[in-house]
Amino acid sequence: MSELFSKQNKEAFWQPLGKNNPVTVQVLGICSALAVTAQLKPALVMGIAVTIIVAFANVIISLIRNTIPMRIRIIVQLVVVATLVTIVNQILKAFVYDVSKELSVYVGLIITNCILMGRLEAFAMMNKPWPSFLDGLGNGLGYAKILIIVGFFRELLGSGTLLGFNVLNYECLQNIGYMNNGMMLMPAMALIVVACIIWWQRAHDKDLQEK
Amino acid sequence: MKSLRKYLDSVKPNFEKGGKYEKFSQTFEAFESFLYAPGTTNQGGVHVRDGVDLKRVISMVILALIPAAIFGIWNTGYQHYQMLGLEQSFWCNFWYGLTIFVPMMIVSYVVGLGIEFATAEIRHEQVNEGFLATGLLIPLVMPADVPLWMVAVATAFSVIFAKEVFGGTGMNIWNPALVARAFLFFAYPSKMSGDAVWYGEGEAVDGFTGATALSLANSNMELATSKYDFWNAFIGYMPGSIGETSALCILIGGVFLLLTGVASWKTMLSVFVGGGLTAFLFNQFGPATGIAQLPWYMHLVYGGFCFGAVFMATDPVTSCRTEAGKYIFGLLVGFVAILVRVLNPGYPEGMMLAILFMNTLAPTIDYFIVDRNISKRRKRALKTA
Repeated sequence: MSELFSKQNKEAFWQPLGKNNPVTVQVLGICSALAVTAQLKPALVMGIAVTIIVAFANVIISLIRNTIPMRIRIIVQLVVVATLVTIVNQILKAFVYDVSKELSVYVGLIITNCILMGRLEAFAMMNKPWPSFLDGLGNGLGYAKILIIVGFFRELLGSGTLLGFNVLNYECLQNIGYMNNGMMLMPAMALIVVACIIWWQRAHDKDLQEK
Repeated sequence: MKSLRKYLDSVKPNFEKGGKYEKFSQTFEAFESFLYAPGTTNQGGVHVRDGVDLKRVISMVILALIPAAIFGIWNTGYQHYQMLGLEQSFWCNFWYGLTIFVPMMIVSYVVGLGIEFATAEIRHEQVNEGFLATGLLIPLVMPADVPLWMVAVATAFSVIFAKEVFGGTGMNIWNPALVARAFLFFAYPSKMSGDAVWYGEGEAVDGFTGATALSLANSNMELATSKYDFWNAFIGYMPGSIGETSALCILIGGVFLLLTGVASWKTMLSVFVGGGLTAFLFNQFGPATGIAQLPWYMHLVYGGFCFGAVFMATDPVTSCRTEAGKYIFGLLVGFVAILVRVLNPGYPEGMMLAILFMNTLAPTIDYFIVDRNISKRRKRALKTA
């Protein structure tokens, strides 16, 4: 048991949630963070989907890492990822059709998400399955965390709702002149929200500041 | 005056290092040097070449804005009572305009300067005068109806994200006043454009249509040019953002800016040439829509073209710095502005977008101009060697 949760394994899981966050520190997966975060619900689903796919792709690649010929490893990784993405896509279509429609091509485009290839190349190819699983889980959750924060602010300020429930669209608020901010629904504002998160993180973490 | 000096001297120790209000040292410094010339001189190798410093440049811009601001204040009241179907005296119009303009100006100054002072204290830098012009420009490019809290949000957004994150006055890529306007334009379009936002509150009389000259020209060019003919539009009797309507007053300010050397005539002239030429080409070869057939000289006096050309495009920080670049920059601002007006019916006015777009490209233009100059001189040097 102690080996399962050794210091190294713990770090593989916790680092990407904080200090080595794939979105805010490594600046990977920005495209989808901008595209699907106008509402909180698709952001949430996208985060979960990516978490599952990274975690399992990491495990599978880690299991067969010694048999993959070096020259064609990218193709092998892509096949694994594409299979998982297709499975997740079908599940979404079957159970939450409206969300899958909202996410449209972005579920399919998880294949091209830099976080996936990055983790497979950098971690799963040279680590055992269990640490790889934790690493994938951590990176996926780190990505999901940022998506949820961005989605939260964009939906709250842009549409006045959260997960579709009304939060700010009341007559008394509109009477004193409050209006939803249309710019929050545009991708440009998602970029600024991500930038604010990065700003906040760097201001609080001395290690991340450039000298 | 002596008692003021004495008071400042008596509270000064509190703001010095180790004092009670050490955190506010920059704020104190700003007020002191605003009221009195600083008692210290520069030390070491300084390179003062000119008596014109930032404070003086900003003061010139503010002076140049005054004619447009005064006309804008009067026109706001005039348009308001036109909507109500009333004829009012000059002072009545002016007074109504003041009740719209002054609160906006106070909000933009309080929010903007508040953020400027706060960042100056955080960075231990001196507060500078850059925002004083921006704070006056912001209410001048707003429609009369925009709520004050939106002005506050837009000012905060533009000062933080368009100015301070880049390093403050002189380091910004985009004109902060235009960023504030663009933010509101995209965030709250129903309060920033359309037919009803230019008049203040009240019920319009029957038969009153509030469309601006440009949106009218979009649908019916003849009606626009007969309702707002050239001289009316030139003097400024038309609805629009507070400061943008009067080409005459803006040009008075523009001449002042040119005489004092604050703005570059190259930028200003080439904006008009670029815009006029593009509109002229659309007149000759363009589609048969109303806005494309609007005579080119009307394009120059309608909407915010003049205001943008004189006060926004010439901003020395965000426009090109090379002399040849200023021509290219200006021509393209005029070109893009007319292009947006004519080809995108969704945006009746294109000046703001054109200037922000060209602000983005200005460093690239400068880069190529400098690069070309370097290679030209290198060739010459190699030939003589």
